[in-house]
Amino acid sequence: MRGNKDMKRVYVNEEWCLGCHLCEYNCAYANSGLKDMVLALKGKPLFPRIHIEGDERISYAVSCRHCSDPLCVKSCIAGALYMEEGVIRINQERCIGCFTCVLVCPYGALSPNADGVMQKCELCLQNSAGEPACVKGCPNRAIVYEEREAVK
Amino acid sequence: MKHYVIIGNGIASAACMEGIRSADPCGSVTVISEERHPVYCRPLISYYLQGKTTLEKMLYRDPDFYERMDANVLYGRKALLIDPENKLVQLDQDESIPYDTLCIASGSSPFVPPFEGLDKVKKKHSFMTLDDALAIDRDISSETRVLIVGAGLIGLKCAEGLYGRVKSLTVCDLAPRILSSILDEECAALMQRHLEEKGISFLLSDTAVRFEENEAEMKSGVCVPFDLLILAVGVRANSGAAKDAGIDVNRGILVNEFMESSLPGIYAAGDCAEGMDISEGRKKVLAILPNAYFQGFTAGVNMAGGKKTFDQGIPMNSIGFFGLHAMTAGSCVGELYEEKTANSIRRLFTKDGLLKGYILIGCEDRAGIYTAMIREKTPLSSVNFEMLKKAARTAAFSPQDRRKKFGGMV
Repeated sequence: MRGNKDMKRVYVNEEWCLGCHLCEYNCAYANSGLKDMVLALKGKPLFPRIHIEGDERISYAVSCRHCSDPLCVKSCIAGALYMEEGVIRINQERCIGCFTCVLVCPYGALSPNADGVMQKCELCLQNSAGEPACVKGCPNRAIVYEEREAVK
Repeated sequence: MKHYVIIGNGIASAACMEGIRSADPCGSVTVISEERHPVYCRPLISYYLQGKTTLEKMLYRDPDFYERMDANVLYGRKALLIDPENKLVQLDQDESIPYDTLCIASGSSPFVPPFEGLDKVKKKHSFMTLDDALAIDRDISSETRVLIVGAGLIGLKCAEGLYGRVKSLTVCDLAPRILSSILDEECAALMQRHLEEKGISFLLSDTAVRFEENEAEMKSGVCVPFDLLILAVGVRANSGAAKDAGIDVNRGILVNEFMESSLPGIYAAGDCAEGMDISEGRKKVLAILPNAYFQGFTAGVNMAGGKKTFDQGIPMNSIGFFGLHAMTAGSCVGELYEEKTANSIRRLFTKDGLLKGYILIGCEDRAGIYTAMIREKTPLSSVNFEMLKKAARTAAFSPQDRRKKFGGMV
């Protein structure tokens, strides 16, 4: 596995986060494979790969940190999670929904889709958005996509 | 050029190869593999029976893995003796191979108690290997009545794998509850109800005392007719060769945080090894896949002259049956906090100002946040534990800790 010190990641600024959940909608839309946002989202249960967290005072978005020493990849019992160019990716064909990645991820960044297969942020590299849709659609620039010191 | 030898070809072995290659691209790697398969996802054998995966998808790594690792695999061969003085592993067929550093990643084997009449049973299997699963697959039909001896993780995963493919499934265990190694009474009862609703029968606090070809006579006096017997009583570390070589062995091969055994140059990893469980502060065999990877990789790095420690070992399990998941981690010691609904139980155990363990059934969402607190010994005084009692959330951490965790602003 290659290190990923100089990789761009998604970071959040809780002081700027409005808690509007638009990132969740944009994420679900970008990963829906559909071209129409209304068709993709309206009246459907959402399975975004980013989640707004917080309490009555603060809010912020949580998604995969793309750890350089990923517990999820090392723990995956199906060999479905892997690292490619520093990005933690999942082969959903292999995933059998055992939830071991949920058991070990310190950020709570993995969750099942409607079929019980795990999904996670892949930085929109695998979908039509091409760049993180959560970042692009954030109205207050509370989510950014940039290079920083390595995450452990 | 260094010579690395690995006994075993499972997950710990694969991780060991990856660890070696992260530190030394040149040395020679020899893998002694009793099983005639490239490394596969052992816990998936029940999913194979269920039809949820295929032999191809069960391969743990891509087809050119051994080529990339530049490893020579000796399939169908067995390591009989380790000679630490001359640094040799003696194989069957009078062959021995020299090593500079050795990793024992020989896994574990099913333990079969000496049941009376067991030799009369023609169709019986353990459930540990791919070959076991393939043999069971050949032996069953929609008319098969299956008796599984052992209501632990292996026995019940086998039951789930066979569900819908056989006529009936009966599981017996000497313990008074199912999954007794990871669940307490109430949690086990919740899971048992869920399994019984699917039509699986249980005989608990009961065991077979005598077998005929197609019948088990139980301690309780009940007779259970069956066509196929699965023996899933327990497993034992494959540590015989290590013990004979004078290596310190308890229930498994004793290792330190570098995965070194008591003899220099010899490492151990995975189900055959006994390393520290930091949630309890004593050494234990932690026979789970993540542990096999962490230990194997650590051993590999150190074998190749690097420096790596693994000192965050804890027992942890994620096991689901028919959509209901049970997650456990750490040790169930100290003060208990619990929340219950009709279909879920959340139990958190705290002691000395730390989260020591948990059991979650039907509420596994983001459980890794709890697991990390056990592993990293996060002081409860630094978190909002009231919030964590309701759900696993990173918002329970202080803004400074969150910033550290998320690598920046937050």
